[in-house]
Amino acid sequence: MQAFPEYGPERAGAPLRAYNRVASKELRMHCPVLEPDVVTVVDATLLDSINIAEGAKDNTAFVINTTKDPKEIRAKLKAGPKQRVVTVDATKIALDCFGRAMPNSPMLGAVCKVTGLISIDHLLDDVRKSFGKKFSQKIIDGNLEATKRGYEEVKEG
Amino acid sequence: MAKVVAVTGNEACANALRQVNPDVCGIYPITPQTDMMQRFASYIADGKVDTESILVESEHSSMSACIGAAAAGGRVVTATSSQGLALMWEMLHIASGDRLPIIMPVVNRALSAPLNIHGDHSDAMGARDTGWIQLWSENGQEAYDNTIQAFRIGEHMDIRLPVMVCLDGFIISHSIERMEYLEDQEVKDFVGPFKNFLPLLDLDKPKSYGPLILTDLYHEYKRAQHEVMTKVKDVVLDVAKDFEKLSGRKYGIFETYRLEDADIAIVILNSAAGTTKDVIDEFRNKGIEAGLLKPRLFRPFPFEEVAEALKHVKAVCVMDRADSFGGYGPLFMEVASALYPLERKPLLLNKVYGLGGRDYLPSHAAQVLTELHEISRSGKVNVLKEYIGVRE
Repeated sequence: MQAFPEYGPERAGAPLRAYNRVASKELRMHCPVLEPDVVTVVDATLLDSINIAEGAKDNTAFVINTTKDPKEIRAKLKAGPKQRVVTVDATKIALDCFGRAMPNSPMLGAVCKVTGLISIDHLLDDVRKSFGKKFSQKIIDGNLEATKRGYEEVKEG
Repeated sequence: MAKVVAVTGNEACANALRQVNPDVCGIYPITPQTDMMQRFASYIADGKVDTESILVESEHSSMSACIGAAAAGGRVVTATSSQGLALMWEMLHIASGDRLPIIMPVVNRALSAPLNIHGDHSDAMGARDTGWIQLWSENGQEAYDNTIQAFRIGEHMDIRLPVMVCLDGFIISHSIERMEYLEDQEVKDFVGPFKNFLPLLDLDKPKSYGPLILTDLYHEYKRAQHEVMTKVKDVVLDVAKDFEKLSGRKYGIFETYRLEDADIAIVILNSAAGTTKDVIDEFRNKGIEAGLLKPRLFRPFPFEEVAEALKHVKAVCVMDRADSFGGYGPLFMEVASALYPLERKPLLLNKVYGLGGRDYLPSHAAQVLTELHEISRSGKVNVLKEYIGVRE
């Protein structure tokens, strides 16, 4: 397993790229993911400014946080027939669940659903553990609910 | 029992230092310092270690504080990166000249100007001649393992030298990877209690460190430093053997990958070696006999062993993530020196890659291996030193 962001002059709202690799063998490659199996876009305004499909494979899955319909996004991305386009309104879920526009946990739920790499129960357990040390029960419960709803509310088209 | 974790290289090194529980840590807390020292400072604040921290106003002072504490008789650590290591330069010589086994992880990052914060070996290569032992690490696991072994190497009674543990800035220091931690007690037992040698605080036997030695004995003193370096290799191997018994992880003075029957080979340090190994597998699958040598012990450099490992290869490319402008890359110079005494030697070339965090991609490794393959057939090297992955 590897997880690493691209470091630069980050500030709130600036675009940021981060990479993850998951494998059952040792990961020796130490460079950006050039041909992603999954592309997750946390802020859909990026679709207008950068090519998020760069390096994508024939069967890459795109998971987009947007209010829009997956068919509309599919057309915008000009996605191929085997490429999956999945949308989820993660920002709304976050606002509903804990009152802040921080769509990370519903996005995690959506990625969990799309990849099927781990079960939703496993993910919820991890969210509980990583939030448990730092946050109040209200925040933890809100994020658990948001993760679950992200998992359940994905739309594919 | 090993514990499997997902942590950054910085977190792993800080945890190794926590498990060793040193007496003193000199800390300069401001950029280019990484969060390694921030994490270690948290351990101090939380009472997880007994370490006394000395917060200082510069890296020069940080190393000065370490030198004082080590001469006084303590087990001493610090960490730095980039400009911080550069500012320590003067004191690095004093730490090694006084034979003080200070342990220092170095997060390898570029030097100014222009200002850059990313992965690059210029900092540690600039400290190549300071008399420190240097261990280099491919990933977080190796950085953690090397940090633990560094104490046994530097503090060995036949050695007593400071050790730098090098890991790639951001690519390893700030990236999360799966790795295994040893138990606290295992690390404690492995490292053992700190053995003193001529401590200043032994007030019954007063002594002084770093006195004036002029033309009468300075030359002999430096010769002694050279002499002790010749003993380091065997100690590194002994410590690695013990470490393998404890962890199951095998270390040498360098690592070879599919090199034994290789026609062409790449010599490369740290994280780029992993990427290269994957591309070597691809070339092997195409029927091209490619291999790799990744130095772990760069100072002292194991010339004879490197020559022995590479002597059968037709063409070797030494890849440097640092340049000696107007010269060859620092790793190339060592490998060229190592191969020179051989009667039949590989054709040799030098590529400079990845400066200031420029990505080293599989396509770069493939480009170099393709060129090596051609050279191995034609017997002709066109350009000896060249930058790759560069925008023209």
